Amino acid sequence: MKAFIKRYIGFIVAAAAFVAFILILPGYREKSLSMIVFQTKTMLLVIPPIFILLGLLDVWVPREKMMRFMGPSSGMKGGVLAFLLGSFAAGPLYGAFPVAAVLMKKGASFTNILIFIGAWSTTKLPMLLFEMSALGVRFALSRLAIDIAGIIVIAIAIKRSLSKTEVEAIYSQAEKLV
Amino acid sequence: MDTVILYVIAGVGLLASLLKDRGKTVKALKKAWKAFEGILPQLLVVLILVAVTLAVLDTATIARYLGSGSGPLGVIIAALVGAITLIPGFVAFPAAAALLNAGAGATQIAAFVSSLMMVGVVTLPMEMKYFGRRAALLRNGFAFIFSFVAAIFVGWVVGL
Repeated sequence: MKAFIKRYIGFIVAAAAFVAFILILPGYREKSLSMIVFQTKTMLLVIPPIFILLGLLDVWVPREKMMRFMGPSSGMKGGVLAFLLGSFAAGPLYGAFPVAAVLMKKGASFTNILIFIGAWSTTKLPMLLFEMSALGVRFALSRLAIDIAGIIVIAIAIKRSLSKTEVEAIYSQAEKLV
Repeated sequence: MDTVILYVIAGVGLLASLLKDRGKTVKALKKAWKAFEGILPQLLVVLILVAVTLAVLDTATIARYLGSGSGPLGVIIAALVGAITLIPGFVAFPAAAALLNAGAGATQIAAFVSSLMMVGVVTLPMEMKYFGRRAALLRNGFAFIFSFVAAIFVGWVVGL
């Protein structure tokens, strides 16, 4: 029970703040509640396939293979693979983090993980056609081009800003979370 | 639409796995559950944060913010609004398109779209759980700065 409360303390605080929020500002009550329902539905819809894929990935992909394809010595190929993996993925950004944890556990390099996260967040190929039709071909393609450069620059910048021990800590945390 | 693709891939993978090795499949599903249960506390916090932000900053309010400011201030407002909201692309793109047609600048809209997708303030509790506080803050910080670069570039190309 104590462990449960400790784990869920953030949620308990957030839930209490939420109740206070809708009591103090009843004008937002209806909308907030319908948003909770809507977001819960989205999560329930998106999460099962992502976590199933993550489980399958963990069980079926041998570490040596992942090391070879996306490990520290995978070079350009590893980066491209990380980019494509993220770009073809679907679902909100929070779905990328658990998948990244499995990739880390399997030995993908940190730079490739950051490229994967960057691609998942912004260069969604399934969304590209939609963006083109809504905002125009020029808008969508120029954004795609600058985003590809940005993802790489950001990945390198984060990697350089973190010490080796910090990266190692992230990897051992990933091990625990999968 | 992309959720359908996700289900197809997961379904095919699960079926193939099941045909090949039942034990391993059960193990995979157990892992899936464990990973889900592990992140559930943070996920629930994110759920509440997303719901409240979207209740306060609904599409109409966002449109008002994006439409009101022009020039550099408008770009900054757009990037800030994008950073704290989390809306799926199929909702955001048509809304952004409507704003563009109504006369909003491409630079402002690009700032909004870029930071909307790359920066996730409300999903930080989850990101920090996986990447630690520093790496998560760094990623969001860099991505926020980058959304201005992207906005200026896209605005320039669209205006060519």
